[in-house]
Amino acid sequence: MKSFMALLKRDLVLAWRQGGGVGTAVGFFLTVIVLLPLGIGPDQSLLQRIAPGGLWIALLLSVLLSADRIYQADYDDGSLEVLTMGAMPLEIVAAVKSLSHWLTSGLPLAIIAPLLGFLLNLDTSLVFPIMGAMMLGSIGLSFLASLGAAVTVGLRRGGLLVSLLVLPLYVPVMIFGISASSGGLSGPDVSSAAMGILSGITLVILVVAPFGSGAALRTYMR
Amino acid sequence: MDSSFDLINSMLYIVGMKLTGKALSCERGGRQVFDGLDFSVESGGMLELRGPNGAGKTSLLRMIAGLNEPARGEFEIQEGDNEVNLAQICHFIAHQEAFKPALTVAENLQFWADFLSGSDDKADISVALEAFSMEPLAELSAALLSAGQKRRLALGRLAMIKRPIWLLDEPTVGLDKKSVGQLQSLMRQHLDEDGIIIATTHIDLGMEGAKVFDFATLPERADHGMYDDADLEEGML
Repeated sequence: MKSFMALLKRDLVLAWRQGGGVGTAVGFFLTVIVLLPLGIGPDQSLLQRIAPGGLWIALLLSVLLSADRIYQADYDDGSLEVLTMGAMPLEIVAAVKSLSHWLTSGLPLAIIAPLLGFLLNLDTSLVFPIMGAMMLGSIGLSFLASLGAAVTVGLRRGGLLVSLLVLPLYVPVMIFGISASSGGLSGPDVSSAAMGILSGITLVILVVAPFGSGAALRTYMR
Repeated sequence: MDSSFDLINSMLYIVGMKLTGKALSCERGGRQVFDGLDFSVESGGMLELRGPNGAGKTSLLRMIAGLNEPARGEFEIQEGDNEVNLAQICHFIAHQEAFKPALTVAENLQFWADFLSGSDDKADISVALEAFSMEPLAELSAALLSAGQKRRLALGRLAMIKRPIWLLDEPTVGLDKKSVGQLQSLMRQHLDEDGIIIATTHIDLGMEGAKVFDFATLPERADHGMYDDADLEEGML
């Protein structure tokens, strides 16, 4: 437990100090959402219809933006090798690093998403469904991103490859995330069923992704 | 987790621990680096690995640390318990220092102290700072350190977290005379406490009684880790 907290704390401090974490993700998210209505035009009803989708796509891209850095620094400076020598299995190390990625990208984005939603004329009844679905879904997104990052950790400029590898895996999260975000608009049953499936998908990712990441990291260190 | 650490701590004080490598073989990228390597070190003993560049000295250390898998052969710790994870009772000080420039010296040490010691709360960074006279540097950002100071920071892990086996990859690179002296006294103290040290080196580390293992003496040694293609194909068949 002490190792767990130590690693989490270090990663959060690093994300905060290096400015690459929270700042980049929020800044990128903000830019996309601000530009979207400018590109689409001032049609209020159209904006309202695409608001949940727009927010989700922006979230997905922002999470991917910082994905390739999850393991890169630790791999480059040799920390990853020392991390394998603690009592904590590499799978848990991967889970902690994914968690800290979520805390510095997905979580803050989910919190500000409804706020930025007003730029897209977001229906006020959707504020809480969107926030909930995004918080839940972005956990899955971060864990999948860490899987992609682990698979490409030894490659220079692996960022593009991470996106290509991970995007297909993001599709289910996004589909059910958006229908869970639609609140009562498409019927209460639809959104709560979608929320249930989204939780299921996230749980599966939560369990499977750290094992994949751990195995990939081990292979790279060989 | 607690029980494994108790085990590790108790192992430190068991006299007669013996680390043995049997018929080890190392392959990197399809090429054989060394084959049929045997070694053994007992508690309180030190093994110096010498040999030309590319002979596999670092690869051997990485195998012991569990980072590489031997192509053939195995390790044994003669202490009855086969379930001990070798990586968890080793310190591996590699060429890369494993420190974050965005953190201060003290924060870097504190992280490794917390992470590597787990439930054992005895790890104290002041021990590491003292061992290599780094007290004045404690609040400095690690980005500002010189190469030698970074090396001292990495070696500080040895002092603050007790682990019975030390794997050191050219530990004196970049160190000044005073720090080399401090490292030597740290190593002597470790050997007195029945620890084991395996170090690669090209210079004399000044440790009396250290066994020297020269990779040049290995049977059928591949020339600097380079088999020609015919040998490689034969080996693969």
